[in-house]
Amino acid sequence: MVHQYKKNGYNIIMDVNSGAVHVVDDLAYDVIARYETADKQQIVTELLKKYADVPEITETEILDSIADVEELKEGGDLFSEDTFRQHAGELKKRLSTLKAICLNVAHDCNLRCKYCFADEGEYRGKREIMSLEVGKKAFDFLVENSGTRRNLEVDFFGGEPLMNFKVVKELTEYAKEIKQKTGKNIRLTLTTNGMLLNDEVIEFANREMENVVLSLDGRKEVNDKMRPTANGKGSYEIIVPKFKKLVESRNGKTYYIRGTFTNHNLDFAKDILHYADLGFKELSIEPVVCDPSEEYAIHKGDLPTILEQYDILADEMLKREEEGKGFLFYHYMIDLKHGPCIAKLVSGCGVGLEYLAITPNGDIYPCHQFVGEDEFRLGNVETGIERTDIQDKFRGSHLYEKEECANCFAKFYCSGGCAANAYHAHGNINGIYEIGCEMQRRRVENAVMMEVHRAMREAE
Amino acid sequence: MKRIVTLTTKNLRDTLTKGGCGECQTSCQSASKTSCSVANQKCENKDNQ
Repeated sequence: MVHQYKKNGYNIIMDVNSGAVHVVDDLAYDVIARYETADKQQIVTELLKKYADVPEITETEILDSIADVEELKEGGDLFSEDTFRQHAGELKKRLSTLKAICLNVAHDCNLRCKYCFADEGEYRGKREIMSLEVGKKAFDFLVENSGTRRNLEVDFFGGEPLMNFKVVKELTEYAKEIKQKTGKNIRLTLTTNGMLLNDEVIEFANREMENVVLSLDGRKEVNDKMRPTANGKGSYEIIVPKFKKLVESRNGKTYYIRGTFTNHNLDFAKDILHYADLGFKELSIEPVVCDPSEEYAIHKGDLPTILEQYDILADEMLKREEEGKGFLFYHYMIDLKHGPCIAKLVSGCGVGLEYLAITPNGDIYPCHQFVGEDEFRLGNVETGIERTDIQDKFRGSHLYEKEECANCFAKFYCSGGCAANAYHAHGNINGIYEIGCEMQRRRVENAVMMEVHRAMREAE
Repeated sequence: MKRIVTLTTKNLRDTLTKGGCGECQTSCQSASKTSCSVANQKCENKDNQ
């Protein structure tokens, strides 16, 4: 399968099944567009007509271009076949061992974000914080079920995890004990709204956390409208200075300023640029995930605006790169040379198998977005997995189970998309969330275009 | 080739045999949490790069 598009002055050809990317001139672009549906003579006739005003486009030139396409095809870099479908079940099996948990150490929060999928920390349950005992059992559960995996991951999540900072610190020490005993390296992430950051927490986070995810929605008025404090005031002025302090002393370790956009800020490129103007360099913003009846929900009709914003962002990022003021945007961080293997791309995010979420009382769910939904409760850290039937559904879920993905050029970039989004949109983990798909396709086109631009600049 | 420039990319077919070690980052462990971003992760398998 080939996807071809024009963007930012480049004619880009993505050969989906090999992962190859080509940049071509107009003639080659037109040859490739016709290659599978017309024979050589038809292509020559059509293109001689099209380029009648361009003297250098002769029959010989067109035939040379067709020969180039044939050569690439023979080399497996163009019009390559999808040979992975027959291996899909086996590839998924390779990646079905637990290796990461989202640890909800606090089902409580000190902000009242209006779109919170975690129900302002309560996850359709009660306010609760995780005990050290349950936390240790969660770590033990992870290690015991991780087979031969060396690199494991725990994300301290919530609610707001710093409302249970004592346990976060103690579990961080426990992770070190585990490493000494088993050799397993547990990479820790802290996802925080920043309200409780102080010098002690910042020093701890920068010393111990491999990654920190800092929640901020962008411009002050945007952030404060959706992320008020418990007493209804804005959170921007409280958290931005703390985030700056944390990032300034992070010493090159990974972090993300991470926001959510809603239909209140469909001009969200401005919010990302606002992060950059504040001096932050590792940025992400995600579309809100919520019931479509919510007044801030994103609808299909918003897509043209949203897609244009992704374009504006890509253009501005390249401009700022040239000026030496570049920054990273998570969805544009696609490394064409060192990305994941086909097993990972077919398997998806690992929900329910490689990746699980654990609540303050030790209940286990397929991921953080299923927490509190009884029909997805897998078990508890005390008893282990009780509902293997639910896990089997995730075991049988992979890219090739999603019929809508078969002809999508972005399939090896999003791997079939988010099971929770699909379930919440259509009641089926093997479905798709169409609005998300549209955004993903545009983000992939932009990310690849940016890689093309960098490669062409380097070649100059 | 006169009219085609091919970028250096990882060929997915070459990763079929040795891939799937499971050592790379889980996508929702980064900045995602509400969408799927598997392709944004870096491969950590030296045999596969």
